[in-house]
Amino acid sequence: MTGKLVWENLKHRPMRTLLSNLVIGVQVTLILTLVGLSHGMIDDATRRAQGVGADIVVRPPGTAAIGLSGAPLNQRIVDGFFAKQPHVQLAVGVENQQVESVFLGLTGVDLSRFSQMSGGLSYLSGGPFQGPNDVIVDDYYADQHRVRVGQQIQLLNSLWRVTGIFEGGKLAHIIVPLSTLQEKTSNTGKISLVYLKLDDPANTAAVVKSLKEHLPDYSILSMQDLTALYNVNNIPLLSGFIAVVIGVGVVIGFLVVSLSMYMAVLQRTREIGILKSLGASKGFILRIIWVEALALGLGGTLLGIVMSFGAWWLIDAFVPIPVEIVTAWWPIAGIITLAGASLGALYPGLRAAEHDPIEALAYE
Amino acid sequence: MSDARDIVEVRQLEKVYHVGKVDVPALRGVDLNVKAGEFLSIIGPSGSGKSTLFHIIGGLTPPTSGGVRVDGSDLAAMSDAERTRMRRRTVGFVFQKFNLLPNLTARDNIAVARHIAGMDRKPDPQFEEILRLLGIASRLDHKPNALSGGEQQRIAIARAIVNHPAILLADEPTGNLDTENSKAVLEILRDLNERLGQTVLMITHNPEAAAYGHHTVHMRDGRITERT
Repeated sequence: MTGKLVWENLKHRPMRTLLSNLVIGVQVTLILTLVGLSHGMIDDATRRAQGVGADIVVRPPGTAAIGLSGAPLNQRIVDGFFAKQPHVQLAVGVENQQVESVFLGLTGVDLSRFSQMSGGLSYLSGGPFQGPNDVIVDDYYADQHRVRVGQQIQLLNSLWRVTGIFEGGKLAHIIVPLSTLQEKTSNTGKISLVYLKLDDPANTAAVVKSLKEHLPDYSILSMQDLTALYNVNNIPLLSGFIAVVIGVGVVIGFLVVSLSMYMAVLQRTREIGILKSLGASKGFILRIIWVEALALGLGGTLLGIVMSFGAWWLIDAFVPIPVEIVTAWWPIAGIITLAGASLGALYPGLRAAEHDPIEALAYE
Repeated sequence: MSDARDIVEVRQLEKVYHVGKVDVPALRGVDLNVKAGEFLSIIGPSGSGKSTLFHIIGGLTPPTSGGVRVDGSDLAAMSDAERTRMRRRTVGFVFQKFNLLPNLTARDNIAVARHIAGMDRKPDPQFEEILRLLGIASRLDHKPNALSGGEQQRIAIARAIVNHPAILLADEPTGNLDTENSKAVLEILRDLNERLGQTVLMITHNPEAAAYGHHTVHMRDGRITERT
């Protein structure tokens, strides 16, 4: 009967129900989209790292897991030191730069060396660089920017000729000749990091240990350990940002439900008096208000999940950021919303439960 | 009926409302006995205290002083929660403004009273007979806004007696009805009293309506002035 009372109340004021669901749904969408973006970014970085084909990555001191840009290492260290280490079959230095946004990486690399390490890129059209100002882009970038082979694109304040479109998932969305990138970024002879391929992956731990003895301040990780570092907590400020958005979500859920239920209690004062005259306890009245708030929260969660698909589609179509639908967060977003809704129902519910039945029955 | 037990016993009942810093006495020492199976009309002008008496006997508000026993229970000694429980099965209310829940059908308005009382949703066979007596069996799936005033009041009566209360309290039950529907509702109340032995206390301004009761109590200025 409680369910019926709640359902009929929700049906009786469809616009209030719809608007409440919509506002709650927006905050659910906000949470799910942010989580989808962080997961998409992390999974994308993991795929790219694995696609390099290296066993070890060496980065300069004080480097975050994701987002390295700039070139603080001397390029001579690649052949002068790393290539000569035991078990190292191939050493490749790259320079990373961010273009357009933090999510869009550009890498300068010696393509022939990189092909030896990774097994080569798979070209969907065109092929490798033919000149110093050539660029190859992955299919994701090409789709996002409607780029074709032979077209010129503007990057780092220069024009580049697109010679190939490759299947994404290796290194970066955009790859240019290392020497040209070094020149254009005033980093001649400098690189961002070094990838090492070993004669046998089984030697990885021993080589890492040996390198750490020689270069104690450097970040030297197996690729397995590097990808294990790719999580929300290792991306500067992201975990804090997600916590803030979740906090805002709880507050929005609380305020929307509190306001909505407060208005509902005012509008239904007489009905509360009727229920009390029939012998409804304070607990019964509180339960009706609470269940109605939970129903609004649940409806908002479902609507938010549906809207998150819309947000995913919009981002995928118009913004060069990897985004995912993270279904594991649906129940989490639901619990966050229901917690906010429960808190929001508390004051209106207690107020309704405390109504004097005679005054409530006299309410016009 | 003269041998029947007293189902309502009121002794030296006083009720004072506090309006701001002013004390407003609504009842000033009321004594009243109602026997089981009696149909008692309470008549009096506005402000005479009849609604306050109705609210106290119905357990909606506690008395300031004095004693009230309904079906053996001492209301004056009850807590708010105990009076709430008492309302579920001991009293049934019929109001002037019908007071049906507007979002529910007539059937659900009756069912909610059973639900709150902790009884099965489906009324017992005897109640089906009562629905036929009330002439509303075919109107149960309509919401209040699709029912006439007379039909709404009959639904309210059905809801009030669905849990077989010891007393039925009717506060101006014909106040919002035309003459024809007023007569029908009053006859229903008399039928319930005569056929089922339902104890009825009815507040009214109308002497013709009061005449449907076995006895009439007259009230003025918070006191009972006459019993006929």
